[in-house]
Amino acid sequence: MKRTRLILAAVIVAGALVYLILGGLRGAIVYYATPSEVLAQGQSAVGRATRLGGQVVPGSRRWDPVTLELRFVLTDGKATVPVVSHRAPPELFTEAGSATVEGTLGSDGVFVARSIIVKHSEEYAPPQAP
Amino acid sequence: MKAQTTLGAAAVFLLAAAAYTSLFASPPDAFQGEYVRIMYAHVPNAWVAYLAFAITFVASVLYVWKRRPDYDHIAHSATELGVLFTGLALATGSIWGRPVWGTWWTWDARLVTTAMLFLIYSGALLVRGLSDDPQRGARLAAVIGVIGFLDVPVIHYSVVWFRTLHQPASIAPGSLKIAPPMLLALMLSLLAFTVLFAYLLRLRARLAWLEAGGEP
Repeated sequence: MKRTRLILAAVIVAGALVYLILGGLRGAIVYYATPSEVLAQGQSAVGRATRLGGQVVPGSRRWDPVTLELRFVLTDGKATVPVVSHRAPPELFTEAGSATVEGTLGSDGVFVARSIIVKHSEEYAPPQAP
Repeated sequence: MKAQTTLGAAAVFLLAAAAYTSLFASPPDAFQGEYVRIMYAHVPNAWVAYLAFAITFVASVLYVWKRRPDYDHIAHSATELGVLFTGLALATGSIWGRPVWGTWWTWDARLVTTAMLFLIYSGALLVRGLSDDPQRGARLAAVIGVIGFLDVPVIHYSVVWFRTLHQPASIAPGSLKIAPPMLLALMLSLLAFTVLFAYLLRLRARLAWLEAGGEP
């Protein structure tokens, strides 16, 4: 009985490890593509599931409370990609300097994001006194 | 036994001091606000997991080389604790990621390689339990314990080698990117978790020794 349970657990662990290596590790080597990389792919990038990451262009955030539409622009300093999302962004997005979006590039050049992930730096400090 | 009691008392005292410093005495972060306090639990769990598997690595090499059962007791105990603290590092990371990144889990290299570490050493414990001959089980676990340790440098440098969501280290030689009061809370937590780990490892290794029929 104990042996059956152990074998079952071993199969689950081995299966999960194979799943991580085959499913996860390939995509995890390069977590996101930069705006330059996505635009360099040209038409082949359109409609393909992509994770796009970059700096949020300051002042580019537009939130329409009627259509629940969020628009902003991501840049890597060389190229820019406009992004549109219909999901509520993470709490810290309003102050975030950089973000990663998962979705697809439309034929009109606007990236439609299914999810927004905020990226933060390794710097930690208390807020500056006003 | 007296040394063990002293170690336990030191762990309790340091954990209380670390909890107070992390939760009350340290300031919130300019960007993350209060969420930054999760770091003081997350980073020490990951550090202790690395430390545990480093001990597993050394004890496994010594066991395969010298075949003394006490090296296997240490390797077995360190593996169990390493799996526990890797699980806690993954859980606290997930709890931290939800409010700050906006996701519980994502296929980032740091996260994937850490989940692999959890599974590799869970596998080592299972292989040990599955073997009919305890010495054969110990040898197989030692082999996994040595090879599996290759994942630790991959995890540590994943944020440098690969393009990741996870931020790089804040404390590196010649570069300190964390404000002094926050560094104090982190260092105190790291010390407290290390002493707690030393206490648990001694206790678990002694239990393994008694289970194997050793004299009390």
